[in-house]
Amino acid sequence: MSDFEPVIGVEIHVQLSTHTKMFCGCALSFGDPPNTHTCPVCLAHPGVLPVVNEEAVRRAILIGLALGCEIAPRSIFHRKNYFYPDLPKAYQVSQFDIPICGRGEFVAVRDDGSEIRVGITRAHLEEDAAKLTHLGGRRAGAEESVVDFNRGGTPLVEIVTEPDLRSASDAVTFLRQLRQTLLFLGVSDCSMEEGSMRADANVSIRPVGSHGFGTKTELKNMNSFRFLERGIEAEITRQEGILRDGGRVSQETVHYEPETGHITSLRSKEESHDYRYFPEPDLVPVAPDPGWVGELRGELPELPLALRRRMVGEMGLTAEDAEVLTESPELVAYFMDAAALADPKACANWIRGELRAQLREVGTEPWESRVSPAHIAALVDLLGAGTVSVPAAKEVLAGMIETGEQPDAVVEAKGLAQMDESDLAAVIDALVEANPDQAQQLRDGKDKVIGFFVGQAMKQTNGRADPQAVQRLVRAAVLGD
Amino acid sequence: MLGYSPPPMIDESTVRHVARLARLRLSPEEEQVMQQELSGILGHIDAITSMDLDGVPPTTHVIALENVLRADVPRDSLPREEALREAPDVVDDSFGVPRMD
Repeated sequence: MSDFEPVIGVEIHVQLSTHTKMFCGCALSFGDPPNTHTCPVCLAHPGVLPVVNEEAVRRAILIGLALGCEIAPRSIFHRKNYFYPDLPKAYQVSQFDIPICGRGEFVAVRDDGSEIRVGITRAHLEEDAAKLTHLGGRRAGAEESVVDFNRGGTPLVEIVTEPDLRSASDAVTFLRQLRQTLLFLGVSDCSMEEGSMRADANVSIRPVGSHGFGTKTELKNMNSFRFLERGIEAEITRQEGILRDGGRVSQETVHYEPETGHITSLRSKEESHDYRYFPEPDLVPVAPDPGWVGELRGELPELPLALRRRMVGEMGLTAEDAEVLTESPELVAYFMDAAALADPKACANWIRGELRAQLREVGTEPWESRVSPAHIAALVDLLGAGTVSVPAAKEVLAGMIETGEQPDAVVEAKGLAQMDESDLAAVIDALVEANPDQAQQLRDGKDKVIGFFVGQAMKQTNGRADPQAVQRLVRAAVLGD
Repeated sequence: MLGYSPPPMIDESTVRHVARLARLRLSPEEEQVMQQELSGILGHIDAITSMDLDGVPPTTHVIALENVLRADVPRDSLPREEALREAPDVVDDSFGVPRMD
């Protein structure tokens, strides 16, 4: 057992998926040819004036409301000054002491159902930097760098948490569920890979039982949750090693190398944190009308945490069902539509199980497939009524995926209706007669052989038999029970 | 301000620090001038703090306007050739800059 406890806070940058940039009308793009979405404002030509994108403000407020933040009645922009080629103005327009969203709280839930309560310090609006590419591969070997300003000026919301997380796995659980919430809000694509969601972690450790804080390091720019978790773990281990050897952790920015698992220190310039913030004179304050904020509160969708609680508490789903089905807003909507028409638990089982498994083979998602939620509900009803067996229902599903027809039509077309019991009994009697060795094994107590009969019966009936009925009838025929 | 020669409010090392942050290379003479001028500016600000400012909210903007917002509607961007026209160096349809590390 470690005698140190990690203390972790995270900063998350989320690119808003608005149509245009934060302060100019250039369209947002990802993957377009370089420097095709720029203008005098986002290239920082002299004499231009930025104008705030109203939709970016709206989305920032939505995020704040979803995180339980106080929405500032009046917030202002600041200039954060530093020189870098991806920042043409030599300052980033950001927010400093009066962010649009103040304190809030987010509740994440661990696999075992326990809660992780994470204080939100703030969420503020800012603009993204341009994309700087170092030619010649590795940074140190590059001879020249090039700048693509398409991304420059993209609206960002930066969410900062309190140092409330106590393990790498909690940090990742929190981030995954925060990401899910942002996806439900529809404010961002939240792709870690494409960089529309980026997370930095502030990591320190302290002796267990202590309430002070150790010196923290900042783990920068991880582009996947897996690497982030490993990176935080590696950094905790590194700090523990330093403290055990009697050393001191120095405050610095560190980087995790996924290939080697090593933590490296990014050389930090001594003035790098002297940003000389001052109020942006080119932008007037944003003072959201309380009525507007109230309207936005009303627009909030049901969020994953509340949905999961309702699915488990009111719909009879397991925690795991609920987690899988709240993976995306599309999947939840699909499930809810089906569950409104038929038994929710059965719908959940079929959607998260067989439907997704079969669709994965053809590379599509339920809501993009020819199978509607109503199809699923109808299939669940057919099963419930005993019209089809479970194996036959899987075939019906395959038929629906292929043709988009209603399940009863597929049942009809493929002759998948469950056989009635007397027809099935005749099939079983013939099977038992044709396989005397297996029948003898069953009499000898080798119960496993029952699987042979079930398999044969399913084959002969094209899946129209109910496997449980087959088992019962075989036992009756062989053992006379 | 003419005739006003306050004691320096910032020292030389602060001047050098601020100059470095602004990427300015100053000669020792220039540093001295800057020290005087910056101290003078700070002296004016000091004069404000000597006033009774109770109940006066900090002024961040001189124009009494709020919520100047723009609808989220794209408009044309510059043609790339034009965007790159003033670039010191063009590489791969991008702005070439010195190697960063």
